Amino acid sequence: MSNLRQQILILHLAQPQLDAPTIAWALYDGARAENERQMQAGDEEKPPYNSVLAAMRDGWFVMQLPPLPYFHYGKEHETGHLPYEYVLERKAETL
Amino acid sequence: MSAVASEHLLNAKQMAQFVLDGFLLFDGFIPQDLNERVYAEQQAGNGNWDKGTAIHEVFELPKVKGILQSLVGRSPVYDHSALHVVGPQKHEAQTWHADSIIDSRPFGFDIQAMYFSHDAPKEMGPTIVLPGSHLRRTSNVSIGRYKNIIGQRQLAGKAGTIGFLHQALWHGAQPNYTDATRYMFKLRLRTGEEQRGLFNTDGYNSPEVRRLLNTMPHRWHGEQDRAENVQRAKLWRYLCDDDSVDVSFEGVLTRMGI
Repeated sequence: MSNLRQQILILHLAQPQLDAPTIAWALYDGARAENERQMQAGDEEKPPYNSVLAAMRDGWFVMQLPPLPYFHYGKEHETGHLPYEYVLERKAETL
Repeated sequence: MSAVASEHLLNAKQMAQFVLDGFLLFDGFIPQDLNERVYAEQQAGNGNWDKGTAIHEVFELPKVKGILQSLVGRSPVYDHSALHVVGPQKHEAQTWHADSIIDSRPFGFDIQAMYFSHDAPKEMGPTIVLPGSHLRRTSNVSIGRYKNIIGQRQLAGKAGTIGFLHQALWHGAQPNYTDATRYMFKLRLRTGEEQRGLFNTDGYNSPEVRRLLNTMPHRWHGEQDRAENVQRAKLWRYLCDDDSVDVSFEGVLTRMGI
C-alpha cells in the first residue's frame, strides 16, 4: 500500500471569494494513526490560514467550491449552516 | 412559579444582549454556601433534579426566578434536566451540536439553564458555546463537521456561575485536563405563555439599546451579518410586544414594509 495519506482541511470563509477571511476551520488528517487525536471542537483559537488563497499558496489543493446561495422568496433572511465552505486536500507521507 | 419583584427582572439592555448572543452568563451568581451544598449532593450521586434538594433552592432564588420569568414567563414548564459530568483527565471534546431537534417556532424558544456549583476554569471543560448561533436553522449534530469557529467561548467562571441559553445555541462539553470531576447541571424550561413583554421593557427603544442591537459583533457571521440583524430585529418586536419597533440596520424592516 502506498504511504500517501489524504489530509482534508475545511475552511469556512466570511464571504464567497477565495481571499475572504477564514471564520471556521476543521482538519481531518488521514495521516494520523487511529490512536492519535484529531482536531477537536474548540481546541484552537486561530485559523491555520487567513483565507483559502493562503492555504493554496502553502500547497493545499481545493476540492470543493461551494455553490452560491439561492435566496428563496420569503426566506431571504434565514440563516443556517456556514455557507462558504471550501474543502482542501493535501497528501502526506506516513513512515 | 410565583411572580418576582420587578427589580429581579432582566432590563432592556440585558435582554438585548440575550437577543444578540443567544445567552446570558452570570459569573459566581449563586451564593457559595448553596454551591457547596449542591456540590456535596453531586459528589454523593444525588445531583439530579429528582434526587437533590439543594439544586431546587438554586432555582427558587428570586434573582434566578426573575431571569427565568423574563425569558419564559411566570409559569414555565419543566421539560427535562440532566447532570452532565466530565470525568478527571477526560480529554475528548463533545461534538458541536444544538440540543434536541430543529425547532419550528418562528420566535418562541425554551431556556436551558447551565449551572456550575464549583469553580469552572477553562481547563476543567466548561461548556463551549458559539455566541450568535441561536437563530440558525440547524438540527442537532448537523453542525458536527465544524471544529473551530471564530468567537467560540467557554462558559468559564467561578463557583455559582450560571448561564441561560436559547435552546438553539450551538454548544458542547469540553475536555477536562484537571484531576477533579466537572459537573454541569442543566435545566430545560418551556415557556408557559407567549414571550411578549415578560422582562422590564423600560427603555426598549432607547438609543443605547438600539445601538447595542445594531452592532454586528460576531465576525463568524461574515456577510450574513445583515440577515442575522434582520432576524434579531424581528425577535425584538416579539419580545417587546411591539410589532412596529424597528431596530434593524438602515430601518430595513420599515423600508420593506415588514
